[in-house]
Amino acid sequence: MEEKIEFLLNGKQVSLTVSPLTRLVDVLRENFGLTGVKEGCGEGECGACSVLVGGKLVNSCLTPLGIVNQTSIITIEGFRETARYKVLADAFAQAGAVQCGYCTPGMLMAAEALLQSNSLPKEQEIREALSGNLCRCTGYSMIIEAILLAAKEGEGLW
Amino acid sequence: MVTTYIPNSLAEALMIKDSDHDVTILAGGTDLMVRYHSGQGLLPEIRKPVLFIGQLAALQQIEKIEKTLYIGAACRLRDVLQHPHVPEILKKAIREMASPAVRNSGTIGGNICNASPAGDTLPPLYVLGASVLIKNLTQSRELSINNFILGPGKVDLRPNELLFSITIPLYEHNVLFYKKVGARKADAISKLSFAGLAKTSGQILKDVKIAFGAVAPRVVRSPELEGLIIGKNISELKGLFPKISKGYAALLQPIDDQRSTIQYRTTVSLNLLEHFLTECCKPKTEAEH
Repeated sequence: MEEKIEFLLNGKQVSLTVSPLTRLVDVLRENFGLTGVKEGCGEGECGACSVLVGGKLVNSCLTPLGIVNQTSIITIEGFRETARYKVLADAFAQAGAVQCGYCTPGMLMAAEALLQSNSLPKEQEIREALSGNLCRCTGYSMIIEAILLAAKEGEGLW
Repeated sequence: MVTTYIPNSLAEALMIKDSDHDVTILAGGTDLMVRYHSGQGLLPEIRKPVLFIGQLAALQQIEKIEKTLYIGAACRLRDVLQHPHVPEILKKAIREMASPAVRNSGTIGGNICNASPAGDTLPPLYVLGASVLIKNLTQSRELSINNFILGPGKVDLRPNELLFSITIPLYEHNVLFYKKVGARKADAISKLSFAGLAKTSGQILKDVKIAFGAVAPRVVRSPELEGLIIGKNISELKGLFPKISKGYAALLQPIDDQRSTIQYRTTVSLNLLEHFLTECCKPKTEAEH
């Protein structure tokens, strides 16, 4: 049965009437065209579908819509408009942290989630914060360097 | 399309559970959405009505009252991890569970009720002597965790009941050892795990609690074997290692599966046991939680 589910999506109030079991990743991609949110595994193991719900990192492929009623959701498309994103994006470019780019939106959301609570993380803390995000191209080192760089360059932003 | 219920209060949830015994409980959804995963653009293949409980504040409280801690069943693993009064051994297990994103959604109650032989919160809850509080519309009942978990995927929850909270008595220990053995540092199902707590006072081993995970249909804990070493002088412990080890070897029931083998699981479990007992033999200073 369908329910009316309302939430803030990248700052805009939206509402849908669907089964509350509908996966958030499908709603974001199909209903709202936010294809920056990727589906890699559909099982919450790869992190390509990561978004922020209420400021917290979640795997949208595992999130039934019923759980996000009355919450605030930020996808990579929303985050892209911020000053923090600019610092991270520059750092990712500088450090060579993007190859095919498929994991990148998820990595950026995980980085943002980390930096929000820990603005000057150590390498081990970055690794732990990204432990739910898989990358098949880079071997992770450049991504970690990028986040260390962004934290330094973006002092005051987080 | 299945029926879904999103109650606004615990009372409403209990009423629904009372009138529809067939409902599937969904808290964080991190197990259900995987188990019933259909594919891109499709609803999960849950055939029974679904009762959403993750939004209920009544199930998300963590409270310490004197020497007892109460953790609401729908507390996210992340919130359990961050709470100052949660015992360290439980935190150690949670830190190694899944990933940050899954810990932000998944709940401790979900991990318990899933009752996987490899459930990571379970060995710490067993050694902490945890119990669970179960409610229906009119009554409550309390069970120790080892009586609540009946077998793989099975818990002692009647059709009209919900798991309400987990009770943990807070004792002091000065030896703590937790080890999860998995294929990688995150997002790994345990091949085996070990949780051990002990309290030594001077030369005497005053208390010890040992549990093994993922090596039997349920967590292995033996108050009988623990009784063989409680009260002993730590200088005598080393001599008892072979007997204790043999005792646990008889209780472990590991299997060969895609993650590991009987031989690996048995060998490593007993190695971890010996490591823990060796730690118990070392003279300590003060007790800590």
